Amino acid sequence: MTEPGPIVIIGAGHNGLACAAYLARAGRQVRVLEAADQVGGAAVTRAFAPGFKVSAVAHLLMQLDPAIERELRLSSHGLALARSGLATVALASERAPLVLRGGEVLAGDLPQADRAALPGFHATLRKFAGFIARQHGRVPPRLAFDSWRRALPAAAVGFDLRRLGQRDMREFLRIATLNIHDVLEDNFEDPLLKAALAIDGVLGARLGPRSGNSVYNALYRLSGGGASALPRGGMGSVSAALAAAARAAGARIECGTEVREILVREGRACGVVTAAGAEIPAACVVSNADPRTSLLRLLGARHLEAEFARRVQHVRSAGYAAKLHLALGALPQFRGLEPSRLGERLVIAPSLDYIEQAFNPAKYGEFSPQPLLEVTIPSIHDADLAPAGRHVLSAIVQYAPYELRGGWEARRAEFQAAIMAVLERHAPGIGALVQHAELLTPVDIEREFRIGGGHWHHGELALDQFMMLRPVPGAAQYQTPVPGLYLCGAGCHPGGGVMGSAGRNAARVILEEH
Amino acid sequence: MPPPAVARDHFHQAVLATPFHARTAALNQLNLWHRWRDHTVADAYFDVGMEYNAIRNSCAVFDLSPMTKHLITGPDALAYMNRLVTRDVAKIKPGRVGYCLWCDEAGQVIDDGTIFHLRESVYRLCSQERQLDWLMASKLGFDVGIVEETNDVAGLAVQGPTSCAVLKALGLAGIETLAPFALRTWPFAGTELTVSRTGYTGDLGYELWIDPAHALALWDALFEAGREHGIRAIGTMALEMSRIEAGFIQAGVDFLPADRAVRVDRTRSPFELDLGRLVDFSKPNFTGRRALLAERERGSRYRLVRLDIEGNKVAKDAYIYDHRRRHIGVTTSFMWSPAAKASIALASVAMPWGRPGDELYAEIYYQKELKWSRFMARCRVVEGAFYDPARRRATPALDR
Repeated sequence: MTEPGPIVIIGAGHNGLACAAYLARAGRQVRVLEAADQVGGAAVTRAFAPGFKVSAVAHLLMQLDPAIERELRLSSHGLALARSGLATVALASERAPLVLRGGEVLAGDLPQADRAALPGFHATLRKFAGFIARQHGRVPPRLAFDSWRRALPAAAVGFDLRRLGQRDMREFLRIATLNIHDVLEDNFEDPLLKAALAIDGVLGARLGPRSGNSVYNALYRLSGGGASALPRGGMGSVSAALAAAARAAGARIECGTEVREILVREGRACGVVTAAGAEIPAACVVSNADPRTSLLRLLGARHLEAEFARRVQHVRSAGYAAKLHLALGALPQFRGLEPSRLGERLVIAPSLDYIEQAFNPAKYGEFSPQPLLEVTIPSIHDADLAPAGRHVLSAIVQYAPYELRGGWEARRAEFQAAIMAVLERHAPGIGALVQHAELLTPVDIEREFRIGGGHWHHGELALDQFMMLRPVPGAAQYQTPVPGLYLCGAGCHPGGGVMGSAGRNAARVILEEH
Repeated sequence: MPPPAVARDHFHQAVLATPFHARTAALNQLNLWHRWRDHTVADAYFDVGMEYNAIRNSCAVFDLSPMTKHLITGPDALAYMNRLVTRDVAKIKPGRVGYCLWCDEAGQVIDDGTIFHLRESVYRLCSQERQLDWLMASKLGFDVGIVEETNDVAGLAVQGPTSCAVLKALGLAGIETLAPFALRTWPFAGTELTVSRTGYTGDLGYELWIDPAHALALWDALFEAGREHGIRAIGTMALEMSRIEAGFIQAGVDFLPADRAVRVDRTRSPFELDLGRLVDFSKPNFTGRRALLAERERGSRYRLVRLDIEGNKVAKDAYIYDHRRRHIGVTTSFMWSPAAKASIALASVAMPWGRPGDELYAEIYYQKELKWSRFMARCRVVEGAFYDPARRRATPALDR
């Protein structure tokens, strides 16, 4: 029952672009409407000071779906890596940094027992993450088994789980819901090592190391294999390559066109209205926006049944991570760190308790006075990002609750000073190198990138919001209750991170129906 | 969620009295009371049979003040009501009342009630069950005000063949022209009296709505006006008899409100309550629509039937059997009907049974002088009400 007109995709985030590319390759007429003046959404490279460019939200590429890279031939559309296989450098002020790559210890002092345990621990997590990764490319199963055909996807997940083997399946089921603090305490002694591993469990989430779901978050981050990379030209180059692939396949991408409303006639999504008031008819509408924005703001709860609308409203999607960008006059020096390691992924969190204590105030609407940081200096690998001799520093900072007491406008400078104090402790003199600084709080991320709540993943990655529960039951297979309206963003399975799988899976569902 | 508009201090008291309590208490010779939500109301005053007779033969007055009432206002009031209930509220014009029900997203009935379209964009929703939680949960995305006004409006049902004459004698000029499910206001003792031609008896009757401060004045004037018309206060027991004869269902009795059900399969859809006529699929969206569409495709699980049961024994909580003595359902409301001169019941039976002409049996247990006996009574499926006098719908109404 396809209506005439193109498939309209709201938002040219990387998932929207991936979806557009697949739909266009299958011969569908596709129009992508993007409110910003460039494609990419939160996977974007943009200037923040004259001559300085940075990946504005996501800054490390860890999970880009290899199937998408291959099928859309992203390298031929310009995607290249400036650096891959970044090591993690855990900084501590009173001791030498610990340098890790996967299960390997490249430098640093570790007790022999930890050194011996790390490879096995990492291999086990990799194996479990592999199970999660195998689900990324699938449309989540339905829990209503009204036919054999519909029960098969769930059976496939069960089969995958069983394939881990009895011992590992049991261990996976044991730790998947645990908190990462307990799991790390069971396996390791060294505080810096435990903190470095725990960061993966809490980054981007409203979780401390002692919160449930932190193991799941760590596994999720590992699901791309665990290696992180810096795309040449910043994260925007991933989006640019996806856009090029989509355009090459015939999709039309229009930037600077904000969608105000999804049009519904006789219960069916049949087009969109732009902010300028133009009505664009569509065969179907696909939204790359977060679920709440898509369903409650652009569509409107009145087109949904009450309980469904309420479930969407209750998706946990308040961001707790901020982003700091510094334009530096020269490379900073971190205490005890060889200059050759400055281009790795630097993390600042000396112990599990440091992270937990950073999280504590966030529970009560306060930012962390001593935040944890994930720092990259991408200009070391990619000279185009900064003027010659100068550099950009990009840091993810936690915790920065979306709903801050007193509001972000009033307290932005205070938080920025707190972050700079932490940086100064680890890299004395860094403050003097700063020529320009930009702090993106969750509120800024919400405003600039149009993500309700400013959560990079469009909603917490947690077991109660994953697979057939993501974003909510009734919309977890990319269809929504409104015929002709689909979701394709990070709010859907498999979730956030620059991955593209949600867009690819959504395209598969849409192609079955249109 | 914003705080309630009015802070109430009802929790100091375990049970509230209705605005008419001073009069109902004085009349309650049996001292029989029960609790209806927060309020105490009379089961019966003097004799249930005589109270029932007032409904069918003269004029019965029932205090329905504890009825849950919500006022829904604002620019999105119609859109909101239409998403809430299964029927098309646009067809209920100002000055009209409509019977309706609302479902959860599984298409299971939460409650039934009446929508009073008081003025443009102002609706009063009356229901037996408390609904504020559900109404507020359904509010997301609608510009509406929702106020619980149960205690702000006193209500009396005035029912029976002489009810119109009584109201005429009360001074409500032109009351006889008020059509069924119509609503009108009259000035009364310095305030406004709202009268709807509605009721729960299946007879000619009205419901009167007034500011509680004027409740006793209304009661006194009404009984004065009805003196020559056989007016009588009635309790819930007599009302219950008339509602079963009318074939009306009651929440918690004939169906379990979906928001209270714990077990699957205990709830019922509108189709399963014989209220499919209240489901309007031409509306593009209402809560439960998708599930009800699927049910229409797939078929329902149950059917509500009205049964005329052989013999004179009441089929209390009786199992229903098919012609091969397979258990297929149970009675939910039952009585000896004075008007139909028959043992009657509402029952819920599994599909496909309950078609007119089906051979059904009710298993009735009864005792005489402490000796129990069992009787398999043949049942006949009745379509429509057990008792449906023409005066119920006649307009102008019988006013003498």
